[in-house]
Amino acid sequence: MTNHWIDIKNSDCILIMGSNAAENHPISFKYVIEAQQNGTTLISVDPRFTRTSSKADLYTALRSGSDIAFLGGMIRYILDNNLYDKDYVALYTNGSFIVDQSFDFKNGLFSGYDANAHKYDKSKWAFEKDKYGVPKMDRSLKNPRCVFQLLKKHYSRYSTKLVSTITGTSEKDLLTVYKTYAATGKTGKAGTIMYAMGWTQHTVGTQNIRTMAIIQLLLGNMGVAGGGVNALRGESNVQGSTDHCLLWHIWPGYLKTPRASDTSLTVYNDKYTPKSNDPQSANWWQNYPKYSVSLLKSFFGENANQGNEFGYSWLPKADDGKVYSWLDLFDEMYNGGIKGFFAWGQNPACSGTNANKTRAALKNLDWMVNTNIFDNETGSFWRGPGMDPATVKTEVFFLPACVSVEKEGSITNSGRWMQWRYQGPKPLGNSLSDGDIILMLGEKLKELYTKDPGVFADPILNLKWDYVTGGVYDPHKVAKEINGYFLQDVTIKGKTYAKGTLVPSFAFLQSDGSTSSANWLYCNSYTEKGNLSARRGQEDAVNKIGLYPQFAWCWPVNRRIIYNRASVDAKGNPWNPDRWVIKWTGEKWVGDVPDGGWPPLETADGFKNPKTKHAFIMRKHGHAQIFGPGLNDGPFPEHYEPLECPVEKNFMNAQRINPTAPVYGGKADEWATCDPRYPYVGTTYRVVEHWQTGVMTRHQAWLLEMQPQMFVEMSVELGQLKGIKNGERVKVTSPRGEVVATAIVTKRFRPFKVGGGVVHQVGMPWHFGWEFPKSGKEESANLLTPSTGDPNTRIPETKAFMVNVVKI
Amino acid sequence: MSKSFLVDTTLCTACRGCQVACKQWHDLPAEETVNRGSYQNPEDLSFDTYKLVRMNEEVIGGQLRWLYFPDQCRHCLEPPCEATAGEPSAIFKDPATGAVIYTAVTKELGNIDEVIESCPYNIPRKAGDGTLAKCDMCLDRVQNGLQPACVKTCPTGAMNFGERDDILTLAKNRLAVVKKKHPQATLLDPDDIRVVFLVAYEPQMYYEFAVAANGTFDMTRQVALRRMLKPFTGLISRLL
Repeated sequence: MTNHWIDIKNSDCILIMGSNAAENHPISFKYVIEAQQNGTTLISVDPRFTRTSSKADLYTALRSGSDIAFLGGMIRYILDNNLYDKDYVALYTNGSFIVDQSFDFKNGLFSGYDANAHKYDKSKWAFEKDKYGVPKMDRSLKNPRCVFQLLKKHYSRYSTKLVSTITGTSEKDLLTVYKTYAATGKTGKAGTIMYAMGWTQHTVGTQNIRTMAIIQLLLGNMGVAGGGVNALRGESNVQGSTDHCLLWHIWPGYLKTPRASDTSLTVYNDKYTPKSNDPQSANWWQNYPKYSVSLLKSFFGENANQGNEFGYSWLPKADDGKVYSWLDLFDEMYNGGIKGFFAWGQNPACSGTNANKTRAALKNLDWMVNTNIFDNETGSFWRGPGMDPATVKTEVFFLPACVSVEKEGSITNSGRWMQWRYQGPKPLGNSLSDGDIILMLGEKLKELYTKDPGVFADPILNLKWDYVTGGVYDPHKVAKEINGYFLQDVTIKGKTYAKGTLVPSFAFLQSDGSTSSANWLYCNSYTEKGNLSARRGQEDAVNKIGLYPQFAWCWPVNRRIIYNRASVDAKGNPWNPDRWVIKWTGEKWVGDVPDGGWPPLETADGFKNPKTKHAFIMRKHGHAQIFGPGLNDGPFPEHYEPLECPVEKNFMNAQRINPTAPVYGGKADEWATCDPRYPYVGTTYRVVEHWQTGVMTRHQAWLLEMQPQMFVEMSVELGQLKGIKNGERVKVTSPRGEVVATAIVTKRFRPFKVGGGVVHQVGMPWHFGWEFPKSGKEESANLLTPSTGDPNTRIPETKAFMVNVVKI
Repeated sequence: MSKSFLVDTTLCTACRGCQVACKQWHDLPAEETVNRGSYQNPEDLSFDTYKLVRMNEEVIGGQLRWLYFPDQCRHCLEPPCEATAGEPSAIFKDPATGAVIYTAVTKELGNIDEVIESCPYNIPRKAGDGTLAKCDMCLDRVQNGLQPACVKTCPTGAMNFGERDDILTLAKNRLAVVKKKHPQATLLDPDDIRVVFLVAYEPQMYYEFAVAANGTFDMTRQVALRRMLKPFTGLISRLL
């Protein structure tokens, strides 16, 4: 989230789309309800009327996979009716940037498309630069090649009539939603978006979010209280896991995983350190080498030095052009290329898209280590439906893990708040915490590699691995390492910081090896002042907007609302004095931690302040991106249909699907679009009573009591069409598999009028698996979902695909 | 120190935290359920289920509404079940809080089914041996200065608990606010019971037994007789 949970109550209009917050983030609804009681309007847009919709002031439906059409229509509405915040757009966004003539959009493709490689040459989307290499700008937003005018042109096609044809939403409803939400463009009004997997799990997932980011920038909703782009994370600590970068393509702190062609640390740092010649751009990522070197020092300690590039050569590099995401990993495993697998705190046999392919892939393993709380469909894949254990050669080791409340450590929530938790009960039996297990694994690897170094033992032998106190794993040692230390006496701005002391914040990290930090974003969380994430201070900040700066700790440097220097005008006065985030006293900022301490853009007399910096400090050019040239599928979001869709063509442009989406063509990757065998749009979602694949919740009797069986929800109309009665068991099929489920025939789904025809949609929860309940009859919805995903994140497209529903 | 609940259904998201918290506090077993084509599960209150969120889809004024009713015992001021049983060791009212409590002695009542029938809200449920069970206002928690488990768990403020006067004031204030958006909103039987539901639409749309039938709490001859003979109730119930 750019903002945080409590801040939701500050909003004037809350849009919940791509999310069912009442069910999947039930506690967050405390703040939504509080806002409503203060007059806030809640809008719910969802293919299905959910428990969130039941509390909304406005509800409407859209067909799964048509969100960019819906939101693109809102962009057009905002621009046509001049509802955007002109000052904000001119001051803080790249709306004024002039785009090079090489940028174009035609026939559904942006310029620079390579049809063979299915990739874009992003250099075609560059800005016109002045002689200093700084983008040319027209802050009056009138130049026909400025981003703002190109935006207008791009979304001029998104008329409500066409949007309605694509989404199945009535024009009346579209206009009601647009009008209500766009009212937050007024200075002093704030609108927020709460979104989740309903937006991300598509071949256009990243662009879904981009569309909303554009809307929020047009309306001046970024950096203000009650605004922001707020991702509701799907797991209580997935924010922590992404911050510490468990994904293949990033190093902790969102640094990049090096490629094979990044042959030295110098080459690597140079490649990923953005350069800006604009003296007004803070270009914060210019500090990249300080963070990468400090990270290496945390990994390898004393073994890392200038002479060996701080151990850079000991870290694995990704092959150029190759992708190692979930989709690719299981594809490789399916094709026999992976022999060993740690399935750690996850259940791929049920959670991964195209679960039949995953389950077949597991058979190819020589060994698997399954660390989990309960037995599950992954560790026990070899005795699952359709498996003959006699033919499965995989050796599975099950390591029993304890649950979260049985261990001490931290989690980081959606709002970036790192919260320390003490250990509650002791782990049961011989179950252990993940920290214990990983520590022992590392120690054993070091022992084995010492005895028999093999080809390349350096990375393991040189690994710093001292996270032990009294012979036991110590999470405090890890937390301190994450914060980072001064490894020698370091003098900064006349003050000397002693060797062995904790670094106060990432502003003090160095690129010469004198500091360590296992995650620069978390530098400031555990300092000489103590474990700031363990604080529970109850006092709000001076601006009384629910920041609670002494409750836990958030990154970066406890800044609760990021981009907050956009919450003020050029002189540093809040756009909304009644709900202000920061304000300039004439000498300094007060309120939230400012997004950099530099003075406002203008002095009190209205002159440009030479000491200022642009507000969006993490972007090279210091401005928020309406035009986003860094993504794989284009600088402006465009509506494309899902891989499997109910229409023959895309009504918006000549390309049916995202031209850069990864599509797998193996025999387990069957897909079919606009195919009479699979006539209904299928989607997957969650319920409040279960969680993820249900490994924890299916074993909890009080939860299983409430949601005992796999179900499929469908409209009354579809039920009638197929002769399916409410409560009847039916079969849902897709080109990849089939699932038996209980039919819930309900008014909460309605047929969609799409492209002049009727499109039915059904939906299922993905919380079930054959292992439990013991009947083995409640299976995973992912047996149906497709082998494709977003070209930027590779997140699978499990929210929109095609199915059939038949009576059994 | 007389207690009451306000259940503001306009704030309920049917998260069912209340339903589970009740089970957890009382260590009640889960029932074996199937999906009957609804999220509502178990289907009904039972000897093992004291709190149940009832869920109903209704089209009202052309708009689809999903109505939630977190059902539980109303802890009546003058409980018909208590009057019908006429045996304080089986069914009694806690003088301090007004909580209506069933004990194991309920299985020895000669008129168990009559007791169940007497409840206008269809609350009491019996075990195989005739023992009756229902919500007990988490009296053990309340006596120790804690809120009932369902109230403690509720994230949105749908479940409220406190001194009766404060709760009735809260109820009236909430009704006034809710009426601005939902002119048909009402409080259900606030003068007769301790668990006051605030609903936005017609009560029957939420649940058949959401409100008591007219005259339920009027004085009947049977009730008057029992009250007159209170000290001898144990004896009289065997004679009548």
